[in-house]
Amino acid sequence: MHRIRVRVLEGVLDANSTIARANREDFDRAGVTVINFMGSPGAGKTALLERVLGALACQAGVLEGDIRGTLDADRLAALHIPVTQIETESGFGGECHLDANMVRSALPQVSLDELDLLVVENVGNLVCPAEFRIGEDARVMVSPVTEGEDKPLKYPLMFRTCDLVLIHKVDLLPHLDYDLDAFERNLDAVHPGVPRIRTSTRTGEGIEAWRDWLMETVSRGSAAASSPADAPAGTP
Amino acid sequence: MHELSIADSIVRIAESHAQGRKVMRVDVVVGHLRQVVPSALSFNFELVAAGTPVAGAELVVDARPARVECGRCGTETEVDGFPFACGACGGFDVRIVQGEELFVESIELEDSEEADDA
Repeated sequence: MHRIRVRVLEGVLDANSTIARANREDFDRAGVTVINFMGSPGAGKTALLERVLGALACQAGVLEGDIRGTLDADRLAALHIPVTQIETESGFGGECHLDANMVRSALPQVSLDELDLLVVENVGNLVCPAEFRIGEDARVMVSPVTEGEDKPLKYPLMFRTCDLVLIHKVDLLPHLDYDLDAFERNLDAVHPGVPRIRTSTRTGEGIEAWRDWLMETVSRGSAAASSPADAPAGTP
Repeated sequence: MHELSIADSIVRIAESHAQGRKVMRVDVVVGHLRQVVPSALSFNFELVAAGTPVAGAELVVDARPARVECGRCGTETEVDGFPFACGACGGFDVRIVQGEELFVESIELEDSEEADDA
């Protein structure tokens, strides 16, 4: 049987990038800065939001991408900030990450015009969320010291594409064999000089710096990101 | 398992370019810097292709190693670990020129016109 070869040259994630750009246009129009907040399950993402969002000098909201149920959303709603739950189980293969379309489908329930900052808490996972831009201004990842200092080398894509790393749960350092210097060396190996803050929600260490970083990012507005919807380049 | 989403995108792209014809083979390019596992991709491709014109098609993955171009000496070399450094002079002022690819290069279709003529 004869076959014919057709050149395609189409980026696998082009459809996602197109929707991410549409999200970004909506965010820009409403003047809202969007943070894609990532980390493994149990890293401390929700606690780090609880500590800063209620007391921010701007109006913040959260888009919660937890897999099932509204546990995290309930915790954040106690801060009296608007929280919208995305149920990722409805997306195709969506149990492991948020993509631009899942975020887009939740946007009608978010009053963007009333917000200065929207934090999208991604599904707890160090691999899958890294591949999918959602139209964010900046990516923040939480890397707790309980996870070991080799993580940047094992999950390089997420560490390479984030704009801030929160080295979290540092209050536990005296009880662990964790080598903080080795972690920072590994971090600099995959993403030289990426901003980082050592944080603990138990002692409050770094919480003010984390809050300041958020406020600076909001005031920088859309200038904070270089080319959020397109990078990393996947097409020829 | 984001390979499921990626496989789904590949099947959709192949289907849209096939315009109703049966797809026999799909060639994709995956850079080493993407966190895409080829075996997981192939497995998921088979699953999501079922029931579409792409069902049964062979997925061929062209895995491209990471390459950098040095800002100091201008040499282009392959890198296989972090930190990225020039393989010629050891400099760290490098630009990634290969390894971030993730695209469908081509598809092979059953030639229906040929079949009609025969």
